[in-house]
Amino acid sequence: MTMRKVAVVGAGMTRFVRRALETGKELSWQAARMALDSCSLSLDDVDAVCLGTAPDAFDGVHMKGEYLSDGAGAWRKPYMRSYVGGGTGVFVPIQGWYHVASGLFDVALVIAEEKMSSYHPHAQAAFLTIFDHTTERPLKPNLLWIFALEMNRYMHTYGISKADIARVAVKNKRNAADHPCALLGDREITVEDVLNSEVLAWPVNRLDVSPVTDGAVAVVLAAEHVARRITDKPVWIEGVGWCLDTAHWTNRDLAYPRYVESAARMAYEMAGIKEPRKEINIVEPYDPFDYKELHHLEGLLLADRGQAPQLVADGVTERTGNMPVCPSGGLLGVGNPIAAAGLMKIAELFWQLRGEAGARQVPGNPRRGLAQAWGDLMQVGTVVIMGR
Amino acid sequence: MNERVAIVGVGWAGFKPISPELSYKELTYQAAVKAYADAGVDPRRDVESFVTVAEDFNEGTSIFDEYTPDQLGAALKPMHTISGDGLHGLATACMLIRTGRFAIVAVEGHSKASNVLSLHQVSAYAQDPVLNRPLRLNNHFIAGMEMNRYLHESGTTRAQCAAVVVKNRRNALANPSAPYGAELEPEDVLSGPTLAWPLGSREAAEPSDGAIVMVLASAERARELTDKPIWIRGLGWCSDSPSLENREWGRAIYARQAARMAYRQAGIGYPPKEIDFAEVDDTYAFKELQALEALELFPAGEAGRMLEAGATLPGGELPVNVSGGSLGMGHLLEATGLARALEAVLQLRGEAGARQLKGAKVGVVQSWRGAPTNCGAVAILSN
Repeated sequence: MTMRKVAVVGAGMTRFVRRALETGKELSWQAARMALDSCSLSLDDVDAVCLGTAPDAFDGVHMKGEYLSDGAGAWRKPYMRSYVGGGTGVFVPIQGWYHVASGLFDVALVIAEEKMSSYHPHAQAAFLTIFDHTTERPLKPNLLWIFALEMNRYMHTYGISKADIARVAVKNKRNAADHPCALLGDREITVEDVLNSEVLAWPVNRLDVSPVTDGAVAVVLAAEHVARRITDKPVWIEGVGWCLDTAHWTNRDLAYPRYVESAARMAYEMAGIKEPRKEINIVEPYDPFDYKELHHLEGLLLADRGQAPQLVADGVTERTGNMPVCPSGGLLGVGNPIAAAGLMKIAELFWQLRGEAGARQVPGNPRRGLAQAWGDLMQVGTVVIMGR
Repeated sequence: MNERVAIVGVGWAGFKPISPELSYKELTYQAAVKAYADAGVDPRRDVESFVTVAEDFNEGTSIFDEYTPDQLGAALKPMHTISGDGLHGLATACMLIRTGRFAIVAVEGHSKASNVLSLHQVSAYAQDPVLNRPLRLNNHFIAGMEMNRYLHESGTTRAQCAAVVVKNRRNALANPSAPYGAELEPEDVLSGPTLAWPLGSREAAEPSDGAIVMVLASAERARELTDKPIWIRGLGWCSDSPSLENREWGRAIYARQAARMAYRQAGIGYPPKEIDFAEVDDTYAFKELQALEALELFPAGEAGRMLEAGATLPGGELPVNVSGGSLGMGHLLEATGLARALEAVLQLRGEAGARQLKGAKVGVVQSWRGAPTNCGAVAILSN
């Protein structure tokens, strides 16, 4: 059975920063405009629009997808919003992929938007209502608290120290200093800075976490025959995978994300990848917390269980290392407007694989990259593999 | 690529105005078990991907997609949520199968509207927070404005809208799953209180609880699984302007665009001749008439007259909402479009019992996402 090939042909991204003056519609418009301009297309060329954005509670807008539709360029077009919590940013290009691969559309505009600054006093409060209304909400858990449980479990299972993990935050925030859209790039940051930042929920310190912010990212997907007309450098979507585990997170072994492994295996199989450690040249795993980058490298089968910290310590994951990880600066450095942060990783791979990443360019003409996101109750993995 | 996709299993639980004995998970589980049995599939072994349609505020849970997998047998499987209507979910499952990567996909929609203490206040949060919400509009008011404009442009009368209610609630008497069946006269509808003039309160569908699950398969798998595959011949969806300030008020352009997309895929050139029956949105009575014109089943301004002439009765030339529609079955939030599609499947299989239409071969199904939205979807199904 032959599948329709789908390429990324354009990308655009707003600065990730508090955007008090712009509505979510306007942020979506800015990113969409940049993505279309980057490949010299107009809205008339777009057959369908796919949108990703995190919970309606951030904006207090019910059916937020409908509200954002005209800003996203969907006026009188087929338009849908997909949703898998924090995994949405890497799911929405998968949604765009199946729109085009289905044969129903030739060009799909994919947008991820997030506006978290309108929530007062802090967007974390929107997460209080994600827990089971009967068994968990009475305990008043919040997200930092449950991720602290997971980080602790990961450290305990493999004997990993906080300093091992803090190196990830340092690497990513240093990488982000080269990203023109980044919120928290910092060339001077050290492991001590991370370890000495205030404790939010032990073992999570403030600099272990990516900051909430506003922003939007858009990419343009096209079917093969259209992509070859638009650009000499299409970046193909070679594999996609996603997996949602049970809602009963309290029954899960938090030391290892097997739903990420499942999503990765699906994507590797589709891309025909047998030995991911040799065949993936750039990795953009989801790093809302520094330990998550390590956790995800293991789930993606790119490091042995408990061994990812060693890769960081050995410099393997530096931009100039053998397996650059988050050369963009990741969520920890560029910022974490949830859905937009995931799609930022897709845009980064697009620029890296075309050799257009400027000061962030990974050397050696990388041929293939992987982006991954994660979300819900430590529950969902989304994976996209892109290649030249 | 899998060119052709069929519905091979359906299951539903409900529909009823309240369901205090069951949670949304239990309703969904019941519907899922029936759908899998109907399709002859094991969700853990055979179903390769799952799609839910849901909106956080209707569920009272942020990131609601967390709670979707378990009751469907979807844990540790590729599953995602579409923040859309059931027909958007159906379209998504169809696209997944057409890629060639999946052969069997399940779609789920549910409503636990009775859990929402202030449904109308919640739905008002869908209005533009900057431009419209300060006006403290009620969504029925927005529907009333739309109805007024539709009546003005099309020449449709309030009596014709009332006749939609009479027809659909009478149809519902023959549908054991429809809780709002009633024998009414137009005067009963017109004499009711006004919701937002000219919209009367008896012209608005009441909410229902329930769940619907459908199993879709590629042509190859469908033929192995069932003797009665129901083919999805066309799918379209469209979002018109979400803004109240610059939308077309009288006509449902989103429905017309979605229908044209679906007709094009199905190779339908002249819908009135090729469509045997329709299940369309009737969240408000006038929407049924407006939709029939948008779907080009009747010329603009003619749907009301055709209704009065009996064309859309179960024995008419184009039966519409034989199920009872949302007026008869209750509005099922995101599952509403799936309820319309469910009726089409039962009719096309010849399993609609007392309300079975004779010789039904091609049906059109249409949904609207409700006020204040301006978007919906269309599916063409055939046996």
